[in-house]
Amino acid sequence: MLELAIGIILGCCALGAGAAMIAGIGPGIGEGNAVAKACEAIGRQPECKGDVTTTMLMGCAVAETTGLYALVIAILLIFVAPGRFVDILMKTLG
Amino acid sequence: MKQKSRSFAAADVLFILGMLAPIAFAIILKVLFIPASDDIEITGAYIFFTLKLPLFDLPITEAQINSWCVIISIFFLCLYLTHGLTAKVNTRRQHLAEWIVEKTSKLVADNMGEYFKSFAPFICAILGLSAFSSLMSLTGLFPPTSDINVIAGWSILVFILISYYKMKCGPLHYLKSFGEPVPFLAPLNVISEVATPVSMTFRHYGNILSGTVISVLIAAALQGVSSMLLGWLPGVIGEIPFLQIGLPAVLSVYFDVFSGCLQAFIFAMLTMLYVAGAFPAETYKAKKERRKQTANSK
Repeated sequence: MLELAIGIILGCCALGAGAAMIAGIGPGIGEGNAVAKACEAIGRQPECKGDVTTTMLMGCAVAETTGLYALVIAILLIFVAPGRFVDILMKTLG
Repeated sequence: MKQKSRSFAAADVLFILGMLAPIAFAIILKVLFIPASDDIEITGAYIFFTLKLPLFDLPITEAQINSWCVIISIFFLCLYLTHGLTAKVNTRRQHLAEWIVEKTSKLVADNMGEYFKSFAPFICAILGLSAFSSLMSLTGLFPPTSDINVIAGWSILVFILISYYKMKCGPLHYLKSFGEPVPFLAPLNVISEVATPVSMTFRHYGNILSGTVISVLIAAALQGVSSMLLGWLPGVIGEIPFLQIGLPAVLSVYFDVFSGCLQAFIFAMLTMLYVAGAFPAETYKAKKERRKQTANSK
């Protein structure tokens, strides 16, 4: 019975980590839009390529934040959460 | 060009040794104390020992030691670059030092305005510390920036700066800024205030950590693929992971060099923007003028 419980904990942590990374869609679309617009801007005004590139990288990094939140949650779920949950289970079982 | 004196050259050698010695120290420490393993392993910073303090236990980790090594290295690098400055620029290192100072001053003046001109050394320090910490992974050491505590410390420093510049017009003005645009939004304003350092921490730490994790996973995958392709060869030849030679280095150029430098730049840039944005320049100016007028009327 205990094996089943621990198995459920591990499996659900892995599932949760996978589900958390669905958030990767958002930054992907957002950064794609940003780069597309930057390409258009450079095509229209090639002389401000440097400024546009710097601003674009900056915006990309800020847009990436939500994806990184998901990444941190996924990493916590894979490396930290199982041990903690198993500890809680052992404590409740005595 | 005139010959350098012997003491000048000796000091140069001392500074270069001071740059390299901390890195060598960190590598020796890693080789001696941290147990090596053959499996893929993604762990946090190794804890060397724990100091027993009256209020709490202070673990001394690899991240702390490595970041102090970076700090000492940068200190000696600065000494080396500024050694033998002359009014007429004629050495390569003086060109480099002046280029760094000019670039940072221009960056700060462009992004923060005249009032924050004195911020240039701080921004340059953050930029250098963050970039060199991330680049430390090129030597095979644990990069301090992939430990959340290091970045959290920097972010808290930035948060204190932001709060300090928000309080420049008095604590009352600071408290009033939470009640904008409508007073009942105050809890949300508090949350967004706290979210600033948290998002700065996660952005920097997450980028470096994801690079490390992906590098380790790809190295392990390449080992698997090469043992699948060449594992049938007899003896030692079949055990050598051929695909692991050179290929991970290509990824390292993106994950360690490009990502590390970009994140350092972004951290410094966000610091500048947040601190400059927190300062209520017009209210401060008006208050100063009012104070001057009352002082004159007396």
